[in-house]
Amino acid sequence: MPDDSPRHALGEPPEAARRPAGALEAEVLAVLRAAGTPLSPGQVRERLAARGQRELSYSTVVTIVSRLHAKGLLARERAGRGFAYTPLDAASLAAGQMNRALDGGADHRAVLSRFVSGLSGRDARVLRRLLTDDGPEQDGG
Amino acid sequence: MRLLIYLPLLIPALAAVAARPLAARLEPREATWLLTAATVILAGCSTVALALLVASAAAQVPAVAELRHYSQPVLHRGDPTSAITGAVAALVLTGAALAVAITFRRRARALAESYRRAARLHDDGTVVVVPGPAVEAYALPGAPGRIVISGRLFQALDEPGRTALLAHERAHLAGRHHLFTTVAYLAAAANPVLLPLARTVDYTVERWADEHAARVTGDRRLVAATIGQVAMLATPAARPAAAAALGIVTTRPRRVPARSRRISVAWAGPVPRRVAALLAPPPRTRAVLLAAAVLVVLLAGASALQAARDLHALLELAHGIH
Repeated sequence: MPDDSPRHALGEPPEAARRPAGALEAEVLAVLRAAGTPLSPGQVRERLAARGQRELSYSTVVTIVSRLHAKGLLARERAGRGFAYTPLDAASLAAGQMNRALDGGADHRAVLSRFVSGLSGRDARVLRRLLTDDGPEQDGG
Repeated sequence: MRLLIYLPLLIPALAAVAARPLAARLEPREATWLLTAATVILAGCSTVALALLVASAAAQVPAVAELRHYSQPVLHRGDPTSAITGAVAALVLTGAALAVAITFRRRARALAESYRRAARLHDDGTVVVVPGPAVEAYALPGAPGRIVISGRLFQALDEPGRTALLAHERAHLAGRHHLFTTVAYLAAAANPVLLPLARTVDYTVERWADEHAARVTGDRRLVAATIGQVAMLATPAARPAAAAALGIVTTRPRRVPARSRRISVAWAGPVPRRVAALLAPPPRTRAVLLAAAVLVVLLAGASALQAARDLHALLELAHGIH
C-alpha cells in the first residue's frame, strides 16, 4: 500500500497548525472592512485585541496582511516606514481575473484603451516641467 | 506617362511624415476621423496601384496576351512596366494580403476576448475596481463595455481625479475608439508605410477622450494634472525623482500653471503631449488645414483611379488592334 500521508516541504507547518490562519485572515479582513480607513498592522493588532480576540504578535499580523495582500484581497499604500492596508470590495474581488487582461500580449493590449502608458526618463522630465510652476532654472530656496 | 501609378505609393510616405504634426493641430475628433479615413483610402490606393502593376506586367506575358488576344507591340509601346516590376509587385501584394489576414485574425480574437471578459463581470456597474498593486486603468470594449481600474490607482486618486479618469474612459467606450484604431491598423497592415498614421490614431483617440473629460469636469488643468499623476505613479523609475521635485506621487499636483509654458513637446512621448495640449486653450476646428489634408488624400485616390482607366484603355486598344 502506498504511503499517502501528506508530505510537507521543508519548513512548511503541518495542516493542523495552518488551519487557524484561515480563520485569522477572516478576522483581519473583518477588522479592516469595519475600519473604513487604511490601517497599519499595528492598528489591526490593537483592534483585534479590542474585539476580544486573543493577542497576536505584531509579526503574525504582518504575515497575515502580507498574505492577504499577495492574494489580491487587500490594497496597500506606504505609510511611514511600513504599509497601511485597505480591503477591496466584493465586486472587485469577483473581477480578480481581470488582472490578466493586460498579460494577454500586444494585441490584447491594443483593444484596451489604457489611461496612460509608461514614461521614459525624458518624458518624465518634460512632464515635470509642464506641471510645475517653478521651472528647474528657478531656485526654490 | 504611367508615372501617375506610382503616386499612390508615394503619398503614403508623405502622409506618414505629416500625421503627427496634423494630430497636434487638428481638433482630436476630426483628426481621428481624418487619419482613420486617410489610412484606409491610402492603403486601398496603394493596393490598387500594386494590382495594376501586376496586371499590366501579366498582360505582357506572351501566354496571357495570346489567351486574351492582346497585341504585344501595342502593350510594350504604351507601358514600360517590366516583368521584374510586376513580379515584385505581385510578391508585395501577396505579403500585404497575408499581413491583413493575420492582423484581422489577431484583432478579432482580442476583441472577442475583451467582450467575453466584459460579459463575465456580473455586477451591473460599468466601473470595476480590480485588487492588486498595479497602477492601471483601461476601457474594456464589450456589450456593455467596462472600465477597469486597479485598486491601488483608485485609492491614489481623489474624487475629482477619479471623475476625470472615468470621464476619459467613458469617452473611449461611448465613441467606440477601439474600432478606429482597429480599422487603422488593419489598413496599415496592407501598407506598412502607413503605420505612423495608425499610431497617430492611437494618440488622437486619447486626445479625444481627454477633451471629453475636460468638458465633463469643466477643468482642463484637472485632467492634465490627473494624467501627470497617474503617469508618474505608473512609472516606477520616474517616481523617486518626481517625489523629490514635486508632490505628484500620491497626490495630484496642486499648482498647475495657468498657461502652458514654452516647453517643446514635439519630440516627447504621448503623455507629455497630451498634458501640454490640455494646458493650452481648447482646440478649434481648422477648416483650411482639414480641407488641404482631405484634398491630398483624394488626389491619391484619383490618381489610382486614373491609372486604372489608363490601363483599361490600353488593354482595349491592344485588343482592338489584334
